[in-house]
Amino acid sequence: MSGILVVLERQGGAWHKMSFEALAGALELGRATGLSVSVCVPASGAREAAAEAAVAGVDGVTVLEHEALEAYAADAWVEALAEWIAGVRPDYVVFPHTYQTRDFAPALAARFGRTLMADSTGFFVEGGLPVFERPLFQGKHIGRFVFETPAPNFVSFQAGAFRGVPPAGGAAPVAVKRPSLDAARIRQRPEPPFRETAQAVDLSAAERIVAVGRGIQDEGNLELARQLAAAFGAELAASRPIIDSGWLPADRQVGSSGQTVAPRLYIALGISGALQHIVGMKGAGCIVAINRDAKAPIFEIADYALIGDLFEIAPALIGALSS
Amino acid sequence: MKILVALKQVPARDLTVEADGARAWIDESALSHEINEPDAYALEAALQLKESSGGEVVAVSAGPARVQTALREALAKGADRAIHIAVEGEAARGTDPSVTAMLLEAAVRGEQPQLVLTGLQSEDTGSGQTGVILASRLGWPHATLVVAIEPGPDSVRVKRELEAGWFQYVTIPWPAVLAVQSGISRLRYATLMGIKRAKTKEIRSVAPPPEAAAQPNIRLKGLAEPRRLRQTQFLAGSPAEQAAQLVEKLRFEARVL
Repeated sequence: MSGILVVLERQGGAWHKMSFEALAGALELGRATGLSVSVCVPASGAREAAAEAAVAGVDGVTVLEHEALEAYAADAWVEALAEWIAGVRPDYVVFPHTYQTRDFAPALAARFGRTLMADSTGFFVEGGLPVFERPLFQGKHIGRFVFETPAPNFVSFQAGAFRGVPPAGGAAPVAVKRPSLDAARIRQRPEPPFRETAQAVDLSAAERIVAVGRGIQDEGNLELARQLAAAFGAELAASRPIIDSGWLPADRQVGSSGQTVAPRLYIALGISGALQHIVGMKGAGCIVAINRDAKAPIFEIADYALIGDLFEIAPALIGALSS
Repeated sequence: MKILVALKQVPARDLTVEADGARAWIDESALSHEINEPDAYALEAALQLKESSGGEVVAVSAGPARVQTALREALAKGADRAIHIAVEGEAARGTDPSVTAMLLEAAVRGEQPQLVLTGLQSEDTGSGQTGVILASRLGWPHATLVVAIEPGPDSVRVKRELEAGWFQYVTIPWPAVLAVQSGISRLRYATLMGIKRAKTKEIRSVAPPPEAAAQPNIRLKGLAEPRRLRQTQFLAGSPAEQAAQLVEKLRFEARVL
């Protein structure tokens, strides 16, 4: 057999939103290479939901159903998928680049002597073979990569790399298989997921956000960011390094490990634009970036770019807003 | 407990990184380097484990001669000794993390630590896989996105960060590989005493294992410019002029004020 196998992720009894983006990426890879696309879902109790992955273009959906696949454990995912892949023998195995994929997919690929093409933003076909693009140097460059290994090869697509296909039942058959998983061989003993504290600030509801990054340099300088946020009537938010430094509480963090926001106005103050931050705010209506490094990746997604010293620009903005 | 910490040396964060003439890789001639920040957190976690439960911290880095500076910094912060896996060129870049894992595997097998710590991902090639592949090659269990480490006699209980503010505890048996998330604790600075002491500590240079010279699984063909996702308007002038233009545009063009 050949083709593309997409591994979809369930999270808390629902689809991970990136699952159907990865499916869209796989369908596009299928169209570009002439390969068929099938879906597999490692899960417990996902029989009914699996039909939603039988969208147009999908040949078949298989649920790998096992009680050991209820709570996530890396060994369980690697064992179940390695067995399925060895049987299906796909050319490509496609994943959404989620935190869960990052935890198990490199080991799964290593099982086959392969390297996961991680966090790919897209591909183009050259000489009949796909060339995958992925960010390098924090997004300052795009690397163009090829597989040097024969099938199966493994690739994960970044959040937002493809517009997700809407879940929809289709004609493709949905099968349920029970992997021959030996629960005694699973070395990880996971405990139930939890949230640290109730989130005091719901940034996702904010109309305007002023987000501050490493460029603010010092905790004492946060007051300037607070004043700028007040002048705009905006909520104050931050990128991860500010939270890691303990300068602002975790519920102010925007990014893959924080909140995903889509305000009408997003002002990035001294934020370079690491991918983990960008995935959390690229849906904003209008993005303003203020940074002294003209090559900062944040400028790639900004509507308005102000290159310069934020310690001069922010006070000037506060002044301009009050006049 | 013997802990091995894998460190990568990467271009300093604030620098502009230019492609080389052939757009095959970056121009490294004018760059300065620093310890990959997530790896600095892995080192910090190792030093704290040593302080609370004793043992030894061995820092390991693969790369050209310059990575000895990163190892010396780790020694100054409190690592006991260091291993430099001397590699140059493509194998030293980490564009195929399986090659990096292969380089580290030989050092781990030689040292037989109870715990290997890595940063979650590198800031240059950023594939975030080295620790997981290393664990797979060693046949050890692993956990990624680790934000707290509670060592026990037979196993280690770690707190993992999940997406969107969720966390989870997972317990795995020793020996183990943990990929540490940034922010696990405050980073320490090297003291003057530490810097002085580091000069007497050993950095052992070793040759890479022969299998690491094999063809990589994935190969970087070249670099491209990032694509602009929006029509960016660059506002010119003094800070005051930029500010005035922005407010004007936000009011009347974007209509968000």
